[in-house]
Amino acid sequence: MTTNQSHTEADTTVDARGATCPGPLMDLISEVRAVGTGSVIALLSDAEKSSSEVQEWADESGNEVLDIADEGDHYRIHVKKL
Amino acid sequence: MTEHIAIVGGGTGGTVLANTLVEKLDAELAAGEVEITLFNDSGDHVYKPVWLYVAFGQREPADGRRPLREVVDNRVTIRQDYVVDVDHERKELELVDAIDPAPYDKLVVATGAQLEPERVPGLAEGGHHFYGEDGSQALRDELLEMNGGHIVLSVVGTPHMCPAAPLEFTFMVDDWLRERGRRDAFDITYTYPIMRVHGNEHIAEWADPRLRERDIAIETMFNAEAVDPDVETITSMEGTELDYDLLVAIPPHTGSDFVESAGLGDGGWVDVDKHTLEATGFDDVYAIGDAAQTGVPKAGSAAHYQAHVVAQRLASEVRGQPATAVYSGKTVCFIETGMDDATFVEFDYERPPEPSEPSRAMHWSKLAYNESYWLTARGLL
Repeated sequence: MTTNQSHTEADTTVDARGATCPGPLMDLISEVRAVGTGSVIALLSDAEKSSSEVQEWADESGNEVLDIADEGDHYRIHVKKL
Repeated sequence: MTEHIAIVGGGTGGTVLANTLVEKLDAELAAGEVEITLFNDSGDHVYKPVWLYVAFGQREPADGRRPLREVVDNRVTIRQDYVVDVDHERKELELVDAIDPAPYDKLVVATGAQLEPERVPGLAEGGHHFYGEDGSQALRDELLEMNGGHIVLSVVGTPHMCPAAPLEFTFMVDDWLRERGRRDAFDITYTYPIMRVHGNEHIAEWADPRLRERDIAIETMFNAEAVDPDVETITSMEGTELDYDLLVAIPPHTGSDFVESAGLGDGGWVDVDKHTLEATGFDDVYAIGDAAQTGVPKAGSAAHYQAHVVAQRLASEVRGQPATAVYSGKTVCFIETGMDDATFVEFDYERPPEPSEPSRAMHWSKLAYNESYWLTARGLL
């Protein structure tokens, strides 16, 4: 699922770079609360475990991880609220 | 020329900073080269950890409240007012009750965190909490009235003040019921928003088996979406619904509006360099304590250590010297594991917490610290 580049267009971006786990996931969940169904959120995180934690939470909560891009010093994770 | 240091917020961070600055800048204050002003919207200083004990009838709210003037050195000017904005260009603070803005040369934001239960429908009406004087008293009364039923402790909002407190309450209520011979009449459930029982992996690993061995049900991946006070249910974004007889929730938290209006960060949290504690993109502005977005827990000990770092940096700057003090992320925390036992953790940006074996001695150490807190606030400990 991890790519070097993503062409997904996000409706909103959560910049959680600098935060340690589970900060980025919690920031994402806050944003999911705030946006409408169908919205795509881009989560920027440089925390190692963010990708797996976000995937696990999305599976559990019924949301969808569209793609994960490794942008060098951080990940860009696109999540669609279902 | 007099250098004006303005501190916004008279909680643990702001108070320790003010008193530590007085100690470090004693000569400069005497010479009129420095003035320190502490802005607070109330005339009291509040020690919040007392509220956990209020819920179990062990302390009174008044035990955690003293006039700010009593805990702050007389050489610090206290202004009881609400700071609403900053003019970064002119270096002035806009106040609610004063016509003229307050000038500053160095600004420290220590505005803390506030509760915002309204963010989850039904939570304010259906949930209890121990994060305030009124809330902890109402929770105490409710606990005393219950003869049995389902107690749900739900961590709804993160980040929140004192990340250990939800676990502490859960361990304490279990033990409190056992001591009274009532545990069999109760079910207890603990919920947490992510895939483990605490944000910190090491704490979660330590706490998980201890919750299970006490027959406390665990619901992870539980992000409260709504509370229905009429039918007494709490529902998660993940689709789980729990019935409750008593819901004890950690409400969503928010920072100060002032931080947003001043452009210092989102959600009321100030973006800072986590080592120097300088506000990102602004000269002569620092943030400490709950308001500072450092990644460490929103805990009084972190605010205390950060206050010492900023005091040292400001003292250096006032003297025209390079500021070299940096914050290591140091946080210490006592964690109650029942009514008579506690553990202790100390950690920083590099070293994770390693909870010690719970003991009665550590519990008494925590109570002793709570008693001596007023010396800490004065900068004496």
